[in-house]
Amino acid sequence: MSKIKFSVDGRECFGKPGQTILEAARDNGVYIPSLCRYEGLKPTGSCRICTVRVGGRYMAACTQPLSEGITVENTAPDLEDMRRAMIEMLFVGGNHMCPTCEKSGNCELQALAYRYQMLVPRFPYQFPLRTIDPTGPKLLVDHNRCIKCHRCVAMVKTKDGKSVFGPLYRSKRKKIGADLTLAAGLTDDQAKKAMDHCPVGAILKKEIGFAVPIGRRTYDKAPIGSDVETPRT
Amino acid sequence: MSTKAPLDSLLARHGKDPSGLIEILRDVQAALGSIPPEAVAKIAARLGLSRVDVEGVATFYHFFTARPAGTYAVYLNKNVVAEMKGRAEVARAFEKAAGCRFGETTADGLIGLHETSCIGMNDQEPSALINGVVFTRLTPARVRELVAGMKAGKETGKLVKKTGDGANQSRLVRAMVDNNIRKPGPVILAPFKSGAAVRKAVTWTPEDVVAEIKRSNLLGRGGAGFPTGLKWEFCGREACPPRYVVANADEGEPGTFKDRVILTELPHLLFEGMTIAGYAIGAREGILYLRAEYAYLKPRLEKVLADLRAQKLLGKAIAGKKGFAFDITIKLGAGAYVCGEESALLESAEGKRGAPRPRPPFPVQNGYLGLPTTVNNVETLCAAARILERGAGWFKTLGTPKSAGTKLLSVSGDCRKPGVYEVEFGLTINRLLEMAGGRDAQAVQVGGPSGTCVARGQFERRIGFEDLPTGGSIIVIGPQRDLFDVVRNFMDFFIEESCGWCTACRVGNTLLRQKFEKITSGKGTRQDLKEIEAWGKTIKAMSRCGLGQTSPNPILTTLLNFREKYEARVDATRDYVSTFDLEAAVRDAAAVTGQTLAEARHE
Ligand SMILES: Cc1cc2nc3c(=O)[nH]c(=O)nc-3n(C[C@H](O)[C@H](O)[C@H](O)COP(=O)(O)O)c2cc1C
Ligand code: SF4
Ligand code: SF4
Repeated sequence: MSKIKFSVDGRECFGKPGQTILEAARDNGVYIPSLCRYEGLKPTGSCRICTVRVGGRYMAACTQPLSEGITVENTAPDLEDMRRAMIEMLFVGGNHMCPTCEKSGNCELQALAYRYQMLVPRFPYQFPLRTIDPTGPKLLVDHNRCIKCHRCVAMVKTKDGKSVFGPLYRSKRKKIGADLTLAAGLTDDQAKKAMDHCPVGAILKKEIGFAVPIGRRTYDKAPIGSDVETPRT
Repeated sequence: MSTKAPLDSLLARHGKDPSGLIEILRDVQAALGSIPPEAVAKIAARLGLSRVDVEGVATFYHFFTARPAGTYAVYLNKNVVAEMKGRAEVARAFEKAAGCRFGETTADGLIGLHETSCIGMNDQEPSALINGVVFTRLTPARVRELVAGMKAGKETGKLVKKTGDGANQSRLVRAMVDNNIRKPGPVILAPFKSGAAVRKAVTWTPEDVVAEIKRSNLLGRGGAGFPTGLKWEFCGREACPPRYVVANADEGEPGTFKDRVILTELPHLLFEGMTIAGYAIGAREGILYLRAEYAYLKPRLEKVLADLRAQKLLGKAIAGKKGFAFDITIKLGAGAYVCGEESALLESAEGKRGAPRPRPPFPVQNGYLGLPTTVNNVETLCAAARILERGAGWFKTLGTPKSAGTKLLSVSGDCRKPGVYEVEFGLTINRLLEMAGGRDAQAVQVGGPSGTCVARGQFERRIGFEDLPTGGSIIVIGPQRDLFDVVRNFMDFFIEESCGWCTACRVGNTLLRQKFEKITSGKGTRQDLKEIEAWGKTIKAMSRCGLGQTSPNPILTTLLNFREKYEARVDATRDYVSTFDLEAAVRDAAAVTGQTLAEARHE
């Protein structure tokens, strides 16, 4: 199979046709941080955290197809600072009370905030008024935490392909809604998957909580991105 | 009130294809005055969608409402030129006469007062849409008359007293809109005989048509300035037909209204341009995506299409050319600026939320229904038709080496002669201000909110792709204005119109607006000026589409060209000014506990 040569921060890499920049980088042991992306789902490019710079132009590495000879900037300090700004915006744009959140330790937003050593966001907290909606007998959606990644929209479907979740409104009023009739028909397995796919603690399965104690969760053990990164030789 | 019977018969008039969802919702809104939950459920069942899909579309566009919008739904334009022309008094008059506030509907459901972004009438503000009918040059007295008419139950169209000029008077339009053509030009605003361009084009090969457009150096007039010939070539090269031609008549950039004038006076030129594009790229179908605000033009546009079919300039064997078939349908939007962005437009034309798509793939590869599509601005297509008629060589004699041809400018604001000017590229701002009667301007906003705010000292700058590109919006800002009011209005516009997809645009613009407020209210420091600039650059870099990529421009371009105005508002002696207001913070607690404010502050 033909190989595509490219570089990330000066490191020579090779990728395959049809790959995105993010996928190809990952195969070369280069971690490009991302949040809304989920392996196996069509990338939406909504969080913008995977933004890289190619020839002075900014693009989302999760949706941008790889092309021959490109020079990708991934860790330039100004770029990293802009990514951190996105994480901070997600924190101030919602209401994230990590210590009381079921997802703490498994949350990808929180894990990225650690990676970027976010202590206090540079932006003022917005404290938007948001609700917690019971969504069928098995789930509840806490809109305080939703980051509009669209994973649930793409993933949670009925047998005949209808969406259970979908975006409502636009601008900062945008929120994720649910078809309550369809949500009522979700199986236990589907409900668990919905919760597991949500990067934050916005979709929760009712009744069971804190089954794994904090301190023993995914990112308590190893920081986000560490599974991809290989040290430079 | 039962909505069952009308709803069922209304739905029965539509097909079951989800791409028709916006048309269905438009009909439901018009018939019932809102999109009630039972309508959502029925539409979803009929189209095989989930309810949340239908609700998602219904809540995206601002002419759809979940609650009754009023038997007379008043949408008052809130753009900055409306404000300059007395919008505040007009709004107060509406509230007083109707007896409800903006954002509300009267208790009897008769009148609903709503705000809306620019409706494309900047040359005759303040303006409003009432049940889709345009009312221009509103005054408090006129408002009282209108409201009295509504209370008397008059038909909305009958409230129009006097129609405007030209085709605005036609039986199928009857709008009080004026064309305000101040300066006709050789390319667009000149007489055009139907068929003149198409008949010539079909004697050439499609490749030669593309080559001629490439030779003309025609660049897209919608703002981005992409070479039209190249776009057509890319699209024609894509393997899988059918291909589509789309005319972008969303004209949502505040301050532009030149496409409105083309659609009123020269629709046959536009349709001919679309037909030529169809011939060039090998498409059989064209779509005119018309913004909801211009729905009043649709009946006449349909009539022009019918006439063109009768003249064999649309349909089969066009202009006698065997095997060349092409026809055009009109699709209406429902109120969303972002739908002018070409990929959002395609989503909307497919009956979905107008959220832009990731690009690549570009519309030439993955366009309407996933098929190769060229999206062009109305003016671009008109220019293309004219290039075919008169030749690329002629076209290039106009304008400058890098910006061939002419540009339609929509001029409004503090000038004596607002309206449409067709000028050759390369014109200076000074010359334009002379023509429009606005020589004492302190600033000119070129290209609308997403463009550049040009200061007085720079009025020798030129309109064109090499210096000041513009989709056509020119807003003259007189010396009496507070420039920060303009910036604030533009920022509010972007905050409202963001599709909400990406973090930077959805969250960041509000943060930028708050920082701006902090600075302009005198609570900022030099540090805040540094931060607002950095935040603006971050939003530009981290946004997915042109909306977010330009939304900080009102702040960034005034910061660049009017820095002294910002400097004057900040406290240069301090690095930090607290915005925390202790007194306000303890006021509620003091009231509850019966303490004085000083006690509550522990003083
Ligand atoms: C937020 C946004 C709004 C836009 N609005 C319009 C519009 O109303 N009309 C238009 O022709 N192009 C608009 N555009 C530009 C289109 O995306 C596209 O570039 C244009 O229709 C291509 O046609 P052209 O090459 O003939 O200019 C807009 C772009 C953005 C990002
Ligand atoms: S609920 Fe969760 S999965 Fe769905 S959009 Fe919000 S954050 Fe993403
Ligand atoms: S930049 Fe703004 S309008 Fe454009 S896709 Fe992102 S959120 Fe939507």
